[in-house]
Amino acid sequence: MTKKTDLELVALTKRYGETVAVDSISHHFKSGVYACLLGPSGCGKSSTLRMIAGHEDASDGSIVLSGRDISYLPPAKRGTAMMFQNYALFPHLSVRDNVAFSLRMAGVDKTERQKRANEMLELVEMTALADRTPGQLSGGQQQRVALARALITRPQVLLLDEPLSALDPFLRIRMRAELKRLQRELGISFIHVTHGQDEALALADEIIVMNNAVIEQAGPARAVFNTPKTAFVARFMGGHNVLQMPQGHIALRLDDMQITARGAGKLDGRVMGIEYQGTHVALTAEVAGGQEVTALMPDHTFLETPKDLGDVVGFSWQDRAAHPVIA
Amino acid sequence: MTKQVTAWLQAAPMAVVLLAFLVAPIIMIVIVSFWGATEYSIYPDFQFDNYAFLFGSPVTYTVFFNTFYYAGITWALTLVIGFTVAYFLAFEVRSLKWQIGLFLLCTIPFWTSNIIRMISWIPFLGRNGLTNSTLISWGIIDEPLEWLLFSDFSVILAFVHLYTLFMVVPIFNSMMRIDRSLIEAARDGGASGWQTLRHVIIPLCKPGIMIGTIFVTTLVMGDFITVRFMSGSQRANVGRLISNDISLLQYPSASATAVVLLVAVLIVIGLLLRLVDIRKEL
Repeated sequence: MTKKTDLELVALTKRYGETVAVDSISHHFKSGVYACLLGPSGCGKSSTLRMIAGHEDASDGSIVLSGRDISYLPPAKRGTAMMFQNYALFPHLSVRDNVAFSLRMAGVDKTERQKRANEMLELVEMTALADRTPGQLSGGQQQRVALARALITRPQVLLLDEPLSALDPFLRIRMRAELKRLQRELGISFIHVTHGQDEALALADEIIVMNNAVIEQAGPARAVFNTPKTAFVARFMGGHNVLQMPQGHIALRLDDMQITARGAGKLDGRVMGIEYQGTHVALTAEVAGGQEVTALMPDHTFLETPKDLGDVVGFSWQDRAAHPVIA
Repeated sequence: MTKQVTAWLQAAPMAVVLLAFLVAPIIMIVIVSFWGATEYSIYPDFQFDNYAFLFGSPVTYTVFFNTFYYAGITWALTLVIGFTVAYFLAFEVRSLKWQIGLFLLCTIPFWTSNIIRMISWIPFLGRNGLTNSTLISWGIIDEPLEWLLFSDFSVILAFVHLYTLFMVVPIFNSMMRIDRSLIEAARDGGASGWQTLRHVIIPLCKPGIMIGTIFVTTLVMGDFITVRFMSGSQRANVGRLISNDISLLQYPSASATAVVLLVAVLIVIGLLLRLVDIRKEL
């Protein structure tokens, strides 16, 4: 049963001439979910988001929000709002006027729209800078303004196109906590496009991994990370070795690998790289058949039996850790 | 050599050119405007006769009015046409290749001299010209239209034809700097096409509009040849007043008129610059 503000994509397709950017994807976003569309560039995730927003026409299929087909409505009539990758703030308007823009277009009178813009600015803690222009703001501040501008239309679904990619790594982590807080407070669905798996894991209730115009796997963050269905998902989410074994491909979490003496494990390999990562050490080796295998172990474990480049070591794992995947 | 000396040397050639060919002549004109003149001679002096005569003559006011009138109407028409053309090039033409191609097409008329482009209107607009004979053969009019040539109409037509590109280029430049996602953001905020134009595109094009405005108004206000050719010497603007004085060797009077025109144009530009800050565009 479709709930009040559920969003459903039905066989949604986008073609540009001969190329298919989005190939008949279907997905059901539950009301109030924080969903991440994750994938490499060119996988169709941005086209999907832009079709939901109405900035791109769907070539086929439909988009259903709250039980009504919004596929052919103009962006502002859909109940969605979009936050653009570079924020797209109007450089000639003050922060407050930027936030109030959609109300002004709708003909809301000045006092009312300023009041509501101020409320929104308070929500994103930007009240103090309301009279500045976007050029006078830092990246993080601009993002808050863009959020306020998108939220003032009271959308049922907020669409975010790589919202954190323009920020430096430090700010990115702070802003993603803030996005999550806002989403929880407002209780509306956020659909967030990103190519960073760490960002998706940190934020999403649900991750939709896309590749080559189709959805490879969708599900709760932990399920997608822990039980990847395909070799692509396992590689893209990271933290896995994908090994070609006689019985087929398997995915193995890096931290489920154990280093043994030569010949004592399931595979032998020559150490190619040792990377110190603070709490952990990542040891990469080449095994028979030219495949690379990485083991992630706590630094003290490594220090007890240090290895050197060129050493031959064995790898073993518990059978239940090996997870079959489709190549 | 210190850095400062190098910098001065680098600026020197341009400075010398400007001093010799811009600043010095203007100073000369200002000086000569206070000289005296008889029918057959001019003599150095310091008197205000030229200005007194200029401001005492009703012709001056008519001619200045005409100059502003031509500038105003030409400005309005070139703005509307230039903005439309620039909008088409910047927003309707999708591929860069076509944009560059069409833009170059706009500049092709500039491969011919101004005067030739102006004169080519004459056979087109004349009493027995192309326009009149076509209209008559279509039966739209019975008599040739007299106001097509040698009138304000033909003067303004020629101005618009000659100077619209000076409006297109800066506005197009402003428009190309507008981030396309701003247009989408406006649409996302529920703005209609007209609202996007009025609240996003026009405000962001202001510097370009202003630069184009300065080009067109200064060109039109300083012109004398277009008015002479296209009005068949029946209309006058300040430029023609000056050129007539010069042909009669009345340099002091011509200088005084030139000084007043220069001040008028500077005031106009000063007012325009107060409206819009163009510095960020340069």
